[in-house]
Amino acid sequence: MQTVDRPLEPTKKAIVVGASSGIGAALVRDLSARGYRVAALARREAELDAVCADADNATAYVHDVTDYEVVPELFQQIVRDLGGLDVIVYNAGVQPQVAADEYDFEKDHQMIAVNLLGAMAWLNQAAQRFDRTKGGSIAAVSSVAGDRGRSAFPGYHTSKGALSVYMESLRNRLAKRGANITTIKPGFVDTPLLENADKTFWVISAADAARQIVNAIEAGKQTVYVPGRWRWVMLIIQHIPSFIFRRMSI
Amino acid sequence: MGKLKIKKHTNSLALTDSRLEKVTSWGGASRSEGWVFRPTTAAQLADVFALARREGVSVGLRGGGNSYGDAASNQNGIVLDLTRMKRILEWQPETGIVTVEPGVTLRELWEYTLADGWWPPVCTGTMYITIGGGAAMNVHGKNAFKVGTLGEHILEFDLMLSNGETITASRDENSDIFHAAIGGFGMLGCFTRLTLQMKRIYSGEVAVQIINSRSLSEMFAQFRDNVPTSDYLVGWVDCTATGKMLGRGEVHQANYLTAAQDRYPQATMQRDHQHLGDTLFGIVPRSAMWRFMQPFWNRPGIPWVNRGKYWSSRLKDGGRYRQPHAQFHFLLNYFPDWQKATGKGGLIQYQPFVPAAHAEAVFTTILQRCQAAKLAPYLGVLKRHRADPFLMTHGLDGYSFALDFKVTDSNRPQLVALCRELDALVLANGGRFYPAKDSVLRPEVAQAYLGDSAVQQFRMLKKRCDPDDIIQTNFWRRVFVPLAD
Repeated sequence: MQTVDRPLEPTKKAIVVGASSGIGAALVRDLSARGYRVAALARREAELDAVCADADNATAYVHDVTDYEVVPELFQQIVRDLGGLDVIVYNAGVQPQVAADEYDFEKDHQMIAVNLLGAMAWLNQAAQRFDRTKGGSIAAVSSVAGDRGRSAFPGYHTSKGALSVYMESLRNRLAKRGANITTIKPGFVDTPLLENADKTFWVISAADAARQIVNAIEAGKQTVYVPGRWRWVMLIIQHIPSFIFRRMSI
Repeated sequence: MGKLKIKKHTNSLALTDSRLEKVTSWGGASRSEGWVFRPTTAAQLADVFALARREGVSVGLRGGGNSYGDAASNQNGIVLDLTRMKRILEWQPETGIVTVEPGVTLRELWEYTLADGWWPPVCTGTMYITIGGGAAMNVHGKNAFKVGTLGEHILEFDLMLSNGETITASRDENSDIFHAAIGGFGMLGCFTRLTLQMKRIYSGEVAVQIINSRSLSEMFAQFRDNVPTSDYLVGWVDCTATGKMLGRGEVHQANYLTAAQDRYPQATMQRDHQHLGDTLFGIVPRSAMWRFMQPFWNRPGIPWVNRGKYWSSRLKDGGRYRQPHAQFHFLLNYFPDWQKATGKGGLIQYQPFVPAAHAEAVFTTILQRCQAAKLAPYLGVLKRHRADPFLMTHGLDGYSFALDFKVTDSNRPQLVALCRELDALVLANGGRFYPAKDSVLRPEVAQAYLGDSAVQQFRMLKKRCDPDDIIQTNFWRRVFVPLAD
């Protein structure tokens, strides 16, 4: 697709991976409302189509993020369809219910496959492009859950913690190349993922979270908590000594 | 007896990530990404066209990359950077006829011919444009009122079409393509060979006179007085001055020297004599000057910069001196990368061309509207022009007013709105615009100033030369593709 780009009114192009519901769907709507041309990816076709139908200028691509082999070709196809790429947001994530005494490798594997390896498959492609083109924004929706290894969801905490570290590495590689890397750490957002959370508070809507995330990406923020007050909570939690942390019910 | 090995030419080009590059406008206000290829031969050029056809992507042509806006950008397509096709193919010092490849720069051209007593007939404000790019944009210089645009000095060219075929065009052969490809912003094909008539000179210097102008009105009067007797005329305008001093500035008037006027032509017509100098006051490297300019390139600072320049001009009023050609022409190269001083948002230039009868009134109104919108241009340059025979030309019997605007994230909407307002004013007075400088032209404005017939004729030639629309740029898609609907 050959598109019209106006020097003073550029149409930005974005990819949202994991866009059929929750924050991803809200991101598609928010980016679209800001004038972006959006490629929305998700596994569930019907839900994805509904999201794209609800947004101006969004195109659906049905894709399972664990289908890593197809990513390089699909990425190139989408970039060509969009007419370039300015922003990519990796939002795909799963958090199956895990009991306090459950050690299910299948569930852990699924979380690592979707939350981490899928991100690496997609964001490596974008990183390679932005490394060459000296610009662009890469964002991944990690979680406050990645800041500390709580007892509740070992696999989930690991996947998000590793994702945050991966993003930091990308940032350290690409900052000097002009690309911006944003790690998003939402607290409790009113999405289907929240169903498996053991306790919730400060819950914000997906639309509100998406607005804050896009603001952060456009402002070139490095790490952003959504909502912002989580930064201070996590600052404290991160500094609680381990021997105390393991005795606490958080 | 050994066998003669014949190396077969193979086309193994591909659209790989290693070809991806950021491609910025000269003004830095817009950027794009594309697969950049830098062919060195016509055969390699044909290979790139073949690749584009195979992959279904477009090809945009790029010379020195000095277009202020998007005329040399091709977002997410192939960018053919022609700067490595830079051989001077033939030089006839007796007649001043030179044949070059498209990537030869103005600098390389004058450095080659100067010692033989020839200078480029038309020089832009930078010496780093390529001849191919200059022909595609049909550039002009400070002598546009006298000798017209660069195209008027091109005798013949070879043009490679997007199917790999090469045609020759001149005023006698393929005349329609000759008059459309020159000034056709690279949309019909890629120049692979251009033949130009150079200008005979008898000295490596020009005689320059500084004329202070206390208002735009006075500057117009000075232009009218000096046009008949000048070889070059250019006016710098302080766009921040208001009231009676609106449009005040300085005119540089220059003439070639005759053989009798230069006692040492063999010395002045040497390349070293044209050197712009590496340092300012012998201390500050010119390449670092933009960093010193940066603190002043903002709304509070720029009026002071303009005031300083204006009052120094008052002191120099009437001054006469001789100056090497390069120092007179290439003001944009005095401080390399000076446009970076405008900051990360870059700059755009808005350059309307208005018939002589209306120019003073229109440019006065333009200055007033810019100031009312609190978007006074940081730099203004007035030039006199004449009409030329090229289909898509910006040239007319009148004046142009080049206005540099700093772009920031917050002023983009106001800048777009202001330019739209100015477009209406320029169009209503029979004005025209210039693709090499443009960032804001809209399809309906282009159609209005060029006329339906010219646009239609150009589209038919485009269809003939490039039926599959392989050759495109951001500028083409922005301004002309919508006109086809």
